[in-house]
Amino acid sequence: MAQAEENMRFHEIFHIEGGDFTNAGAISSRVKKILKEAGFPGQIILRTSIATFEAEMNVICYANQGSLSLFIAPNFLKVVVEDEGTGISDVNLAMKEGYSTADDRVRELGFGAGMGLSNIRRNTDEMVLTSRLGRGTHLEFVISLEGADRSVPLLSSGG
Amino acid sequence: MTLAEIANEFGLRIRTGEDRLREEVTGGYAGDLLSDVIAHSRKGNVWLTIQTHPNIVAVASMKELAGIILTGGREPDPETLRKAEEESIPLLVSSLFAFELAGRLYQRGISGTG
Repeated sequence: MAQAEENMRFHEIFHIEGGDFTNAGAISSRVKKILKEAGFPGQIILRTSIATFEAEMNVICYANQGSLSLFIAPNFLKVVVEDEGTGISDVNLAMKEGYSTADDRVRELGFGAGMGLSNIRRNTDEMVLTSRLGRGTHLEFVISLEGADRSVPLLSSGG
Repeated sequence: MTLAEIANEFGLRIRTGEDRLREEVTGGYAGDLLSDVIAHSRKGNVWLTIQTHPNIVAVASMKELAGIILTGGREPDPETLRKAEEESIPLLVSSLFAFELAGRLYQRGISGTG
């Protein structure tokens, strides 16, 4: 971990407001722009955008507020999403495709398909999800850059 | 087939994205659950949906879709129009329901596996 931090080339933290559907997708758009400007390959950008969008939407749909941190290291991209909210009572069940606890308002907007977490798993190389009911949820995922086009330019450290 | 040809043949109303209507459509996807569309649509697809809120633009932009057709005569929210203009996402409106329009598009060679 200490070594990974030493090699970190970019770090930025975004705030997510729960229930703010009008700005939904804003953070994943910004993440996408950052990766595009940094010159990452299209597939890496797409996979990270999808996983980030789903994670962002989960905070908006189910939490009071949260944060999304983007880390860019030489060999991987890492996203950490932490929220304060209802939490998940059964993480394994939540990972099951089709399972959702979304309310009617969320479903009317086209969310709550029970596919968000599986979309994240499908598009990432590592994913860890932990939660405390009534407190909040912690999600981390990693997208490996091994094997991808490694011409990643140096970025100034943000955040 | 391009979106311009689709609009012309099936009487769609073009709301945004005039400049991108000449691009060839690779196939189509129909759905109103955003995660489902994110998982299964493909680059260059035309997307049929009844969702009218701004998040559809975010999905279309992320998946690099050819455009969005709102079915059943649904009109986009003002904020959706604004975002679609900003991101150059073609937004069209059809008075046909999704099943009917998808069937007609399929007959014209636009498939769900493209």
